[in-house]
Parts: sequence; structure tokens; C-alpha cells
Amino acid sequence: MPQPRIGIFVCHCGLNIKRTVDTQAITEALGEYPGVAFATDYDYMCSDPGQRLIKEAITEQRLTGIVIAACSPAMHEPTFRRAAEEAGMNPYLCEMANIREQCSWVHQDREAATKKALRIVNTIIEKVRGNHPLEPVEIDHVNKCLVIGAGIAGIQAALDVAESGFAVILVEKEPTIGGHMAQLSETFPTLDCSQCILTPKMVEVSRHPNITLLTYSEVVNVSGYVGNYTVTIRKNPTYVDPDKCNLCGDCENVCPESTESEFERGLVQRKAIYIPFRQAIPSSYTLDEETCLGLRPLRCNECAKVCDPKAIDYDMLPEIIEEEVAAIIVATGYELHPISSLGEYGAGLIPDVIDGLQFERLLSASGPTGGEVRRPSDGKIPKKVVFVQCAGSRDPEHHNAYCSKICCMYTSKHALLYRHVVPDGEAVIFYIDIRAGGKGYEEFVQHAIEEERILYLRGKVSKIYREGDHVIVWGVDTLSNRLVEIEADLVVLAISIDPHPSNPILSKVLKISCDAEGFFKEAHPKLRPVESLTAGIFLAGAGEGPKDIPEAVSQGSGAAAKAVTLLVQEKLSHSPEVVDINENICSGCGICVNMCPYAALAVNGGGVAEVNEVLCEGCGTCVSACPTGAAQLKNMTTKQLNNMIEVALRDV
Amino acid sequence: MKQLARSDTLREKVEELSGQNVFACYQCGMCSAGCPLSEEMDLLPHQVVRGLQLEDWTVMESNTMWICASCLTCEARCPHGVDLACVMEAMRQLYLRKSLDHIAIDKLTTEEIARLPQIALVASFRKKTG
Repeated sequence: MPQPRIGIFVCHCGLNIKRTVDTQAITEALGEYPGVAFATDYDYMCSDPGQRLIKEAITEQRLTGIVIAACSPAMHEPTFRRAAEEAGMNPYLCEMANIREQCSWVHQDREAATKKALRIVNTIIEKVRGNHPLEPVEIDHVNKCLVIGAGIAGIQAALDVAESGFAVILVEKEPTIGGHMAQLSETFPTLDCSQCILTPKMVEVSRHPNITLLTYSEVVNVSGYVGNYTVTIRKNPTYVDPDKCNLCGDCENVCPESTESEFERGLVQRKAIYIPFRQAIPSSYTLDEETCLGLRPLRCNECAKVCDPKAIDYDMLPEIIEEEVAAIIVATGYELHPISSLGEYGAGLIPDVIDGLQFERLLSASGPTGGEVRRPSDGKIPKKVVFVQCAGSRDPEHHNAYCSKICCMYTSKHALLYRHVVPDGEAVIFYIDIRAGGKGYEEFVQHAIEEERILYLRGKVSKIYREGDHVIVWGVDTLSNRLVEIEADLVVLAISIDPHPSNPILSKVLKISCDAEGFFKEAHPKLRPVESLTAGIFLAGAGEGPKDIPEAVSQGSGAAAKAVTLLVQEKLSHSPEVVDINENICSGCGICVNMCPYAALAVNGGGVAEVNEVLCEGCGTCVSACPTGAAQLKNMTTKQLNNMIEVALRDV
Repeated sequence: MKQLARSDTLREKVEELSGQNVFACYQCGMCSAGCPLSEEMDLLPHQVVRGLQLEDWTVMESNTMWICASCLTCEARCPHGVDLACVMEAMRQLYLRKSLDHIAIDKLTTEEIARLPQIALVASFRKKTG
């Protein structure tokens, strides 16, 4: 075997590494390391000149392997491996020594950090010495995409993927698609009617030949890997055949049981058999088994008796559907923070203290009041409305630490629309800061203040209580330093946005992580905002963080584009750094089979373990469990690992 | 452990004595809005905190800290968990440590001592301990 000629490239990462690690000293020391033919350092190794430096050295110095001493491999390993490949080197002969995240960023003592950096690089040199050229594993994939959640983000994502010519399965938990956007009256900053811009998209989804719509359904299990996920979906029974239901509403009229309407946010009651709103898709009634008087064992049977088209089937069962998909887009959306937790604002017990979505319903032409603003307690038109922003947001002590982002804009819109509907009404908004970053947003707020004479008071409301016919609001105006007490007719709370309650369940099913607040975590907050850390799973909409409609739509399209880039590839590739079984010494004991968390191993007919290279993630659990040493990770053999440990412990 | 050093600035002194971070306050005014005594104060509680942020010694001349009854309504509602009652107490301590305008006990007549409530006497002794 020819002598190794290893190249070392030490990156300063601006000052990120150089400030704490003496890059020049380690470059010099590394040049002396056995097997090292070339060592150099540079400001930004990942930049174009940096990569050129690497490529030139590979060719000119006839290098057999390279070590980039820089950041985490999670950051730039693909970048440098691509550079190595372009210079004619097998990319798996390029390794990264992480002297940033694991050294310079976490230490202050320059001398000690420099020594540690040297040790880190030395271990990786030992690894590279034992590396072999590898070829990526190729995978066939199916051509479908799953979208979870059919709010505006999911709808947009599904339409974009479907328009690109791929099949989409769109799963929605609720009986209708449309999400929260369907509840909105008019949308900021242009005041388009929400239904007018959303319902055509909902219809498009239901009619698109490439989209299979599954409403009232939940994703219960996901297995497999990018390109070949197996998804189990449970379609809950609606007890109404959507093909037969003609929306006559006779069933609803005779149904004796009612409950709070979710769509109208409890402002009115709905029957046990109901349609969330007239434009719902699918255009069919749903029988809610929780509220139904006696679905089983006793049946009141009133609805079935009057149903002419015989659409009601009490014996409908949940349907379990299995689908193979290549990519998954998660667009679960948000829910409002529980009003019951806001004790000082009445905890939801004061009828005339409502949340923003309830106010949307009051403003909506299709809402329970037909667009007239009438307060819930007595149906009177409120002449003085107080809007309270940051109800539960920016409050790390009791509620959510983050800004819910959309409330400043929708509160401004609420006040403006209220003034349009009740021209002699007075609108007061309590705010802490106005965050109106967005195209036309600041202008919208300014317009509301200037033209609609909406009084903005800078201060957080401390207490809201009921007194007679009024709701008393205790606030302050911190600009004039005056205490403010208002006798309001109606109070609208801009309640904080919570991640959708299904986020923790789905994060387990999909094996993707959530952040501390419970929103899905993106692969990189700036550069990979629509991807999860699991290959083939993408994120869209408010399930990833509070978002307004334009952002949710953009992210929906972004996630769709990412899914399509995956779907159009003929074959997907998988890292070849997987386990390799030496059949000559494998005893077929099967211990590895039980240990493998990815179900990548099986004992074959020949009595030896066999690896499914596509499923193997190279974690090495089997290697440590194998009693004979037959299981070895490619390019991370026990021999390599021992050498690495030895140099790590050696003095530098 | 951090040594309790004599600090020079008002803010640092108040923070040291109260254990509160005055920069945690984002001036939402919720403390002032809910304070049952704020109508009697010449500076509202959030203004006092702003004064501390700005290193404005005039806050020491306001009556706010003396009106505060330490009912903790502000602390219970503050979104950033600033314990304003602690801040007020720290300011009172700072003031008392200056030993200003305390009663000269030895100059009081027996009649005056008999008329004075005991608690007032105790309070004036406390001023001398600063």
C-alpha cells in the first residue's frame, strides 16, 4: 500500500476559531504529523478561494486523504466533500475535525484550547488514514407526497406538489379543510375577504386529479425512510356518506343534541350532526359521535329517518389506510393559548371578553351575527371596544415568552373593521410595541390610527372585570404616565398563539423534533427553514412558528419545492458509511438484529447477518453488541477507533 | 460566589439589594395599571424602574417607594417576573442608609415620647442603623 499523503486545512472561521485557537501553531505542528504531506490555514475555508486552495492542494500534492479542521460536519461536510470530489478525490476520504463547536466556542483558555484543537485534528488524521473510498448507496423511491394539515399552508403545499405532476395525499384532522383562515373575516393589509380568496383554493384541492383528500383523518404511524415512507392513516367515521349527502339540512333540524360550535368558537351552538360552515369541503355533514345522543348501543335515529338520500350510516367504521410516500410536509398550524389561563383577564368567564378569532366570527358576513358586531352577553352593539394585545405573549413568567407576531396587525384590522361596522363606536387598543414589519403593514396601522381615529394606549392591561353592564379595564398609558380605567362594552383579547396540540404527538410519530415552545424545529433557522432534521420531512405554516397568511403560503410553497426536488430525482442516495458484516466470522447469533434501532439487520438463509444499507444509519450499536467483531462500520472500524483514542490520549 | 461589593451606581445598588434585574423590565406598565395605590404615587411604579434603568437619582426623591405596601400584585402579574416590591424595599433601604432626617431621640421631651407611637420610634431607630 502506498504511503499516505494527507492534507490538513485549518480554517480560522474569521475570528470564530482564531480568537481562541492558535491556528498558525497547530498548522505548523500538524505539518510534522506522520503521514501528513501538506498543511495550511486560511480565513474562510468554505469560501470559494478556500475551496480552490483545497482542490489545488489535492491535485498538486497528490493527496490521498484530507482533513478540514473547521466547524461541525453537520455544517459543511457536504461542502468540502463536494470540493474533494471535484478535485478527483473520493469524497469519503475527506473528513472534518470540529475545532469550532467542540473547541473554540466552548473554551476561553487559548493555550489549552490550542492543545485540544491539535488533539482533535490528530484523531481525525488517524481516521482518514484508515478510510477507504466508498460509493453512495442508491435508493429507488415512490412518487407520492403526504401533506399533514389542510390549512392555508398545507393547501398551498398540496397544490404546488400536485401541479408539479406528483400525487399528493392531503390529511386533515377536522371535518373540513381551510384551517383557521376559513374563520377569518377580512385579511390584513389589503382587507380581502378571507373566504373569497381561500374557498377557490379549497375547491381546487378537492377537484385536483393529483390530490387525494382525507378529512376527519389522522396520521397514526410512519415508518421507513426518505423516498419510501409507509404511512398509516386512520379515517374516522363521519357516519354520513359524502357522495349521497345533498346538504338539505333536514338532519340538523331534527337532531335533539347540540354543543358549542368549534368553527364559531362557541359563540353559537351546533347540532351533533353538522357541517362546520356552508362552504366546507368536503361538502357534507358529519355526525360527531361524542355529542350524538346514542350512536350505540341505542340510537335516537331521528336524523336517519328524515334523510332522503339515505346518506347516514350508523355502522360506519374507522378506516385504516396505508400509503407509501417519498416525502412528508407537516403543516399542523396553531391553536390559541387557553383563555382560562388568563386569570386577570377573567379566565374566559366574562361573556363580553372574547378572543380575536371570536371577533373575526362577529365581523364575518357568514358568522353568527351576519357581520354585525353584537356582543355575546345581550346581543347589543358595543359602542366602546377595548382591544388588548400581548394577552399571553411576551410573558415568559406565566405564558409564552415569544411574540405571537400576527396580533399587532390583526388587532389594528379588528379596530378598523369595527369602526367601519359601528361608525359611532370607539376603539381603544392597548399595546406594548407595534410590530408591523411586512409589506404595507406599517402603512395599514398608520392608516387605522390617522383615518379611523383609533386610540392606541401604550401599556399592558392589568385587570379586567365585570361591573353591571360593563367590562372594566384597568390599564395605563406609559407615554403620558396616566392610569387608565375604561368602562367597555366589549373586550377583545389578542391571545397568544400556541403550537397545535397535535405537534407533540406528530413529533413522535414522524421522529422530528420540537423546540422548547413546542413548535417544530427547522433544520437551520436561516438556511433550511422549511426542512426538518429528518430527510424527506418538510415543515410549513404556523406549526413551525407563529406566521401570518403570506408567510404560511410562502413556506407552503417552499416546502412543496423541497419535496418536488426530491420527487424528481431518479434515485435518491444514502450515505455508504454503514455497517458491513464480515460473513466469514459472523456466527448468526442475531444479537445485532435485536439491537438495531432502524430494523436494518436480519439473519439471512445462510445463517449470517445481512444489512439493509438503505435503512442503516451507521449508528454503530450493532458493532458494540457483536460478540465476534463481524460487524464493522465502514470508515469507522474498531481499528480506526482504537487508533483515534490512542492519539487523543497522547500528549501534544 | 459573587462578593457583595460596594457599587457606585444607583442601579447596581438597587439590583444588589433586591436581587432583581431592572433591565428585565420592558416598560409594559402592567405593574402601574394594577397597583392599588398607584394613584397616590407621584411616579408610577414602571416610571421608577425606568428611572433606575436611566440611572436617574431623582427617583429616590419620589414618594413611590414609601407608598408601596408590598402587596405583590405587580410581582404576580409582571410578565418578566420583576419583583417590584423587592426593588422598592431596596430603594427604601438605600434611603434609610443615608440616615437622613431621623429623630434625635435625646432631644425629645418626655411628653413627646409619651405621645409618639412606639412604631414611629422603632422606625426612627431603624433609620440610624443604615
